[in-house]
Amino acid sequence: MAVAQLVKSVDVPYEEKERLFNEVKADLRFSDYLYGCYECGICVAVCPSARFYDFSPRRITQAVAREDVELVYEQMNGEVWECSQCFSCLVCPRKNNPGGIITIMREVAVKNGLHSAKEALEGYSRIIYKIMSTGTQVSPDMIRPDAFPDWGPNAKETADNLEVWRRAMPPDTMHTTSSSWEVDDKTLTELYLIWHLTGVLDMIKTLDESLHMILVDVMEEKLEEAGYPLS
Amino acid sequence: MPIPINIPVKGPAAPTKKGEFRRSPEDAPEDLRAMAFELEAKGEWIVQRVPEPYVELQTKYGKPKKIPLQHTWHHKSCGQCGHIPGYSTSIFWLHRKLGMEYNDPRDQTSCTAWNYYASATSNSAAQAGVAMRNFAAAYETGYFPQIHCATSYGHYKEVRSELIHHKELRDQVREILKKMGKPLVIPEEIVHYSEWVYAVRHEIAKRQVLDLSNITATVHPACHYYKLVSEDAIYDPDVYGGQRTAVVTGVVEALGAKVADYSTWFDCCGFGFRHILVQRDFTRSFAVQRKIEVMRDEANPDVTLTHDTGCVTTLDKSQFAAQAHKGVTAAIPVLSEAQFAALAMGAHPYRVCQLHWHSADYHPLLEKMGIDWRERWREFEDDVERLKKDPGAVMTWDDADAAPTQAFGAGTRPHPEHRAHGGR
Repeated sequence: MAVAQLVKSVDVPYEEKERLFNEVKADLRFSDYLYGCYECGICVAVCPSARFYDFSPRRITQAVAREDVELVYEQMNGEVWECSQCFSCLVCPRKNNPGGIITIMREVAVKNGLHSAKEALEGYSRIIYKIMSTGTQVSPDMIRPDAFPDWGPNAKETADNLEVWRRAMPPDTMHTTSSSWEVDDKTLTELYLIWHLTGVLDMIKTLDESLHMILVDVMEEKLEEAGYPLS
Repeated sequence: MPIPINIPVKGPAAPTKKGEFRRSPEDAPEDLRAMAFELEAKGEWIVQRVPEPYVELQTKYGKPKKIPLQHTWHHKSCGQCGHIPGYSTSIFWLHRKLGMEYNDPRDQTSCTAWNYYASATSNSAAQAGVAMRNFAAAYETGYFPQIHCATSYGHYKEVRSELIHHKELRDQVREILKKMGKPLVIPEEIVHYSEWVYAVRHEIAKRQVLDLSNITATVHPACHYYKLVSEDAIYDPDVYGGQRTAVVTGVVEALGAKVADYSTWFDCCGFGFRHILVQRDFTRSFAVQRKIEVMRDEANPDVTLTHDTGCVTTLDKSQFAAQAHKGVTAAIPVLSEAQFAALAMGAHPYRVCQLHWHSADYHPLLEKMGIDWRERWREFEDDVERLKKDPGAVMTWDDADAAPTQAFGAGTRPHPEHRAHGGR
């Protein structure tokens, strides 16, 4: 975590940190994800992120189990974003789910607009826009040499030939460039309804207000057209 | 005098074959499938039955799992269809060649789990809503879901568990679906495509046209296939003595290729969900140092095979930067086992397997398999030239299997964007 963030965390009242911790504990998945910790470290041994970052699923599980409000707040402001979400840590002999606990901590960080979430997801907005508006997370037209220079010359060749290469494949649902397959309009509207009714759009607002405005514009029109009440 | 300690000791396990590892059914977690039926009996939801014909395979703790052979609703993968589309086309092609009918729906969204694991800009209710909308859409068609992506498969199993254990979540999602006029439906089994490929591996082998006995493959088992809700994954005492999941490896063995082992098989690929999109230095480093280089040093394979979107993408795309940096010239081609099986059955490497979307050099592999890739590429380039001249045309399944001179004949049809939108 950056030094500046550490200093800022000192300024946050304990009550606020406790409120965030209680939000983690109140999640319905929490009781299925934490049963205690032997400190055996098996989760660390199999963790890919632990090999490349100062990151430890054991440390996070321990902090949450001990209800160490200060440490959990620090982790929510930094290291939770290093997790690869591969769930190798499910080898835990105590049946803990450290990756799942981290998912909840991340959600609370996003929902409450913590700086770490904004920093970790910098450059990610286009992905959120894609998944929420088209129903497919990535699309063929995302392969551009400037976005994927490390993928080699193949990225440029794909981008140069994209439209005709997409037509040169047999499944009739896949001749698309801006989404991974052709999604029905009605299907998309139903997806928008799910985002609308489950508070996901509010989460986006705390993360990126401009993106939120664009998504609301796209979705509200479709939902109104389909006759779904927005209140 | 020693103090008697009452430690419950289980009796000896049933005799096993030499080297075979057998888990005790007593160690199995709760039976979510049985719990789903109990909820159905209470009127909480509908359980969509696996249609016949199906094959029963063994799961991690010995319980049978029904894998439907046909009448399947293909829950496509955004990463596969978007960036490595030969993965999806090969799955469809195998179904067609084996004469097993299926539905490729437009009434399907991504599971959105890639975003959920990457950014956490979602929550359990939204994720369950997306899963159950897709399941209801499948149910409405009468077809049974077959899930192409291991992350979708793993995440949907998480969602099933959450819905079973939390009535308030079930009630919330049921209300959301009611607004759409859809019922709350859970499939009897959550089925991954690689389980289907494993179930039909001997049928594929019967139709094999290439001798693969000189091919050595390493296998990367996908984390979200066998680590998330692990009891649903397929295990077989005859594959790794039942200690690792049998899918992919069992297919390679049935096709007569050699499977070579390597020490970091349990490691993930490095995909990281968030990392592959906005922090790829981690992804590249992990994929190359913990997987590709270890495979090369310990097994020297002709190809590495896996069964998930993120794994194929990461292991394939991460090799270029390392090669450029270190001056390493030999790449390990990365394919799904569906593409490998399709090639073995004579599928066109470009029209069907779409290998031109892959980055790591696969040409030496094709040569070793006996495929004239130069001629096949020339045919594909001819196809592309014809398509360029007719912006309304698309490749059809008939085109994909046609001899070169017959391609783009009667099967050619207008581009979908020139037709009215609508489901099948």
